Amino acid sequence: MPDPRATPDRVPETPGAEMNRRSFLRASAVLASGAAALAASLAPLRELRDYTSVEQWLQKYYKELTPEEMARVLKRIEDEVERQYGLRPQVRDLKPMDGVQFVYALNLTRCIGCRKCVHACVAENNQSRNPEIQYIRVLRMPHGSIDMDKAEHNYAPASVPEKGYFYMPVQCQQCRNPPCVKVCPVHATWQEADGITVVDYNWCIGCRYCAAACPFWARHFNFTRPGLPKDGINPDMAYLGNRPRWQGVMEKCHFCLQRTRAGRYPACLEVCPTGARKFGNVLDPNSEVAYILTHKRVFIQLKEELGTSPRFYYYFDV
Amino acid sequence: MKTAVRNYLFFLKRCIRIAFVGDWRYYGWMGLLTVFCLLGLNAYAKQIVHGLIATGMSDEVSWGVYIANFTFLVGVAAAAVMMVIPVYIYNNEELHDLVIFGELLAVAAILMCLAFVTVDLGRPDRFWHLIPGIGQFNFPASMLSWDVIVLNGYLLLNAHICGYLLYCRYQNRKPSKWLYIPFVFVAIGWAVSIHTVTAFLYVGLGGRPFWNSAIVGPRFLASAFAAGPAMIILALQIIRRVTQYTISDRALLTLRSIVQVSMLINVFLLANEVFKEFYSGNLHVASSKYLYVGLHGYHALVPWIWTAIAFNLTAMVLLVLPVSRSLKWLNLTCVLCIVGIWIEKGMGLVIPGFIPTPLGEMVEYAPTLNETLVCFGIWAFGLLCYTVFLRMSVPILQGKLAKANEGTLAPASAGPAGGETALP
Repeated sequence: MPDPRATPDRVPETPGAEMNRRSFLRASAVLASGAAALAASLAPLRELRDYTSVEQWLQKYYKELTPEEMARVLKRIEDEVERQYGLRPQVRDLKPMDGVQFVYALNLTRCIGCRKCVHACVAENNQSRNPEIQYIRVLRMPHGSIDMDKAEHNYAPASVPEKGYFYMPVQCQQCRNPPCVKVCPVHATWQEADGITVVDYNWCIGCRYCAAACPFWARHFNFTRPGLPKDGINPDMAYLGNRPRWQGVMEKCHFCLQRTRAGRYPACLEVCPTGARKFGNVLDPNSEVAYILTHKRVFIQLKEELGTSPRFYYYFDV
Repeated sequence: MKTAVRNYLFFLKRCIRIAFVGDWRYYGWMGLLTVFCLLGLNAYAKQIVHGLIATGMSDEVSWGVYIANFTFLVGVAAAAVMMVIPVYIYNNEELHDLVIFGELLAVAAILMCLAFVTVDLGRPDRFWHLIPGIGQFNFPASMLSWDVIVLNGYLLLNAHICGYLLYCRYQNRKPSKWLYIPFVFVAIGWAVSIHTVTAFLYVGLGGRPFWNSAIVGPRFLASAFAAGPAMIILALQIIRRVTQYTISDRALLTLRSIVQVSMLINVFLLANEVFKEFYSGNLHVASSKYLYVGLHGYHALVPWIWTAIAFNLTAMVLLVLPVSRSLKWLNLTCVLCIVGIWIEKGMGLVIPGFIPTPLGEMVEYAPTLNETLVCFGIWAFGLLCYTVFLRMSVPILQGKLAKANEGTLAPASAGPAGGETALP
């Protein structure tokens, strides 16, 4: 492939340098066309819009940030969100509260499979609408079986509940021995003192090993830039919680830590029309969850045999 | 010291220069590989911009053909050891000089492995988070951190052994045993470790019953020691055809017996796995059912795995029969081995582990065109590396590129325009 720029006429003639001149021209023609081909193949990169800034790229690991550095990071994230979505959020770095261990309990007798929790979660946690990312998956199970291979994910009847089925919402089970945390090669996901397993979206390298390790399909990956409507942003954000995520990183249910660490209930619980969802501090003997775990005859952890010990319990009205 | 560095740099310069010199077949081959590399790079650039949505992967099947190729190539790299063991432990003279070609293949395979994991990352720009010391390296808990160590270590070990032996040959001096024999023995153990650790990536996941089986590691090794030497058999014949380098048929037949035994063990282990999955009939058989016979009306992988099994069985029968002593049949057998094992270990191991999902949902996977182009690009890159390594090492081993002829041969005496002057 000859290169038009390497016109032989422009090079001054030197007697006796014929071989050198020719080989030089040939080499530069090869080099130039090689460089042109390389540039052409890399051309799609021109479409890269704010992939990463230097500050983002150099940002330290969450646990190594000093309070001053954290304050700067939070401000920067607020700026980024404002620039992208045209609304100024409040991004906080909420820490676990002392003496608190969160536990979730879900009453399978009451759940009617309406999926209100799924959509409340999406709105609260600034999840991508296109492509859709949802932390909660409601399974329609045939009467009498808890074998997930029999679950129907895409049930769409005119009204719920349907006869002969029960409904089982599954989200991150906030395991006490989380396999996702164990396998992460860069400590981008860890379990906090209150039991919530979180992800640092600025540290995850996107290898998706945690997704392979999770027995509950609770980890969700941003296969592309999240599609968030500007008018659907929840401005009450937390660094480890619901702030907008990046393309190429993992995210998951974090028990709405922007709410629960500030003394409120998770969004999925608040919206539930049947009161099937209970949440609280299991270390507080007067909490609802402590009552359920001490008084109910039967409650289960999903896939108990795997030994991950979920903090998410399913119970029945017995 | 200064002269030593200067000599070494001059050696490197000559090696690089010779990589740009060859006949029309060489230029054609390298040109073709370059085109595929660039196509792959272009596809990868698109993937960087749009994200991994450019692939066929999803939340349901979160690893695909990248990790499948990675797994296969770790095996190819590990298999170099199957040439080292006969030479250094059993003093097999036939394979002695050929070890270098095996180890160079290992280097090229590891480079491809590293490329395949890199393209699989959602945020390749954050690779520095993995570097011990400045990042947060989750060692020893994460099997992936083990893999980073063993793969890079294996790359360095093999690069050192090949580089040292070739440089000694170039200078026409006897290599000092202390500078390479210990590394050779470390590399033998290390080769087993790279594939075992890669198997443990899968085996260690309790939530994926299809992978959570002790036999995966041994199966990986057996299949690697069949597919790797099969590749080397083909590579050696190409080397001997396009260069004047003499490689005896006996060397090829030694490798044949390695492939033979490994293939028998591989098929035996596969049968063990299939028996355990289907005879016990517990609920964990869903992924295997999906793979071998289809599940709930989904059966994308069924034709693949039966092709793999047919290829493996045919290869096994051919290897046992004396007919594979003839090179024509041996080559066919090697191709069957490579393709069969690529399917079995790649698509047949990685993908069904995700289907059905832990919540019982059936979502299938097929690579996209863009993803396939990236894979072709990486394979072309690996072949390009291997070709360049051979282009450098064959003349050195033949004594054509040596310190003795520095400044006398055309490739070394070229002017500023590089090796081009050496062309006829």
